Amino acid sequence: MKIAVCVKQVPDATVHKRIDPATKRLDRSGEAALNPTDLNAVEEALRIKETQGGEVVLVSLGPEKALDSLRKALAMGADRAVLVSDEGAVGSDLLGTARALAGALERESADLVLFGQASGDGDGAVLWSAVADRLRRPVVSQVAALTVEPGSVTGKRQTEHGYDIISAPLPAVVAVSDAINEPRYPSLKGIMGAKTKPQETLSLADVGVDTGSAGEAGAKTLVLELGPPPARGDTITIEDDGSAAQKIVDLIVEKKLI
Amino acid sequence: MRFLVFLEHNGGALEKGALGVLSKAAALGEAYGVVLGDGASELASGAGAYGAAKAYASDAPELASPLPQPRVDALAALVEETAADAVLFGASVLASDVASGLAARLDAGLNWDLSDLSVDGDELVGKRAALGDTVVVDVGWTGGPRLALVRAGAFDPVESGGSAEVESFEPTFSDFSTLATLVEQTQEESSGPSIEDADIIVAGGRGLGSPEGFTMLEELAAALGGAVGATRAVVDAGWYPYSTQVGQTGKSVAPKLYIACGISGAIQHKVGMQGSGTIVAINKDPNAPIFDFCDIGVVGDLHQIVPKLTELVRARG
Repeated sequence: MKIAVCVKQVPDATVHKRIDPATKRLDRSGEAALNPTDLNAVEEALRIKETQGGEVVLVSLGPEKALDSLRKALAMGADRAVLVSDEGAVGSDLLGTARALAGALERESADLVLFGQASGDGDGAVLWSAVADRLRRPVVSQVAALTVEPGSVTGKRQTEHGYDIISAPLPAVVAVSDAINEPRYPSLKGIMGAKTKPQETLSLADVGVDTGSAGEAGAKTLVLELGPPPARGDTITIEDDGSAAQKIVDLIVEKKLI
Repeated sequence: MRFLVFLEHNGGALEKGALGVLSKAAALGEAYGVVLGDGASELASGAGAYGAAKAYASDAPELASPLPQPRVDALAALVEETAADAVLFGASVLASDVASGLAARLDAGLNWDLSDLSVDGDELVGKRAALGDTVVVDVGWTGGPRLALVRAGAFDPVESGGSAEVESFEPTFSDFSTLATLVEQTQEESSGPSIEDADIIVAGGRGLGSPEGFTMLEELAAALGGAVGATRAVVDAGWYPYSTQVGQTGKSVAPKLYIACGISGAIQHKVGMQGSGTIVAINKDPNAPIFDFCDIGVVGDLHQIVPKLTELVRARG
């Protein structure tokens, strides 16, 4: 079983994220880390490999320095990493990103492609479906439990109304929810070994994507303007002296909320 | 501007979030509704009341299960047929997958998590709070068709009393679109509105102390006609179902009133509810971050305050 896991480097959770007013893009110059929910996808891939054998390949799009973050997943146990890194991909929206990842995934022809949940910077939670359409493969998303059998996968998809059990033949694309597992910590041996695992950097041309169909040139969405969030009114904080419930009711009645 | 609006449905009714998007589209231009799946024609006829000039319906067997890929096929064909300038979706697990698949299929731009839409000349402009709502971004498209996912609760459905002509259509499906199949579906029992549809949400976190604490919140929510939400911490702990999770890896909601009980207000939760109209916070820790972004914060014991609140609301009848 060959499993490809799509992962992304994002600004570290401790970094105060900002959008560069000049480029209107996220400032990615500070400390970076692997997107936390991608670790659930890596963990799931490793568990499948442990029971069924095979290979776990990381596939990513980003600047060269993203390799630093990919090493964390290599340290967890992934076998190798493929990074599409190209000046021409800077400023890609969903379409360019999906194209580049699909191109890299075509080269790998994995049996199963895994994604984590929403990325910590874009919050889109949409990428897998675009990639699946480009690959012309079935997709199951928001999966909280996954069973892999020879030739097929069955996932428990969390929805607004409960859950759906969905089955699909392999090859398939699956996006896992962060409820699926608890990612392991890399062992010292894993960390030491990560640097020497194969790490390949590819250009857009290598993955069959034309300049012009990725990056800013290929983007079909744009940021027009940045502004501050709408200010909230004053915050009143009171200590409960037994009358707090009445004060809350007074406020919501005054605002005609009930 | 001509809009196609994806009208999701569940349990024999169109989703409130989708109807809100339809009403908004009708206010901005010409709105066509699309209903796919079992009972589509009947449901589609109800779209006129919320502003649809026309409604397309298909109950092809491939659309019977709530799976995204056959819906991409159906919408792609309709975009071409109607020459729609934009396709709008009320965000949900299903709608997000449909919108993204459609973007790839049509090579069309997709903006998501929009809290507002407007038309400027012949361009559509979306508003999106980004980076934990620390910045508001106006987003656009370089051309059509423009695809947009709208944040739950952004628009209220408006009954216009109109009626829509329903046109049935038969999509053709891609070979890979019908490979995934629904094996089983479990609907969680819920008496009130879902958190996407509710005008009032009473949400609970760790501060409730135990899963039983949610009973108290359910009583308050029932008295207010609202829904119960939960933080990721308590969902992970198994206290309450994932379908109620508010925050970064759950739902983004924007009810008119959000009552946060025993919720500290970590950034992961804040991003999912900060767009709410009025925020009431009850927490025993005076240093909880939620007190920085609520309208009224009460430092106190929620086990005292919440039942009293329920009583007072009930007393108002």
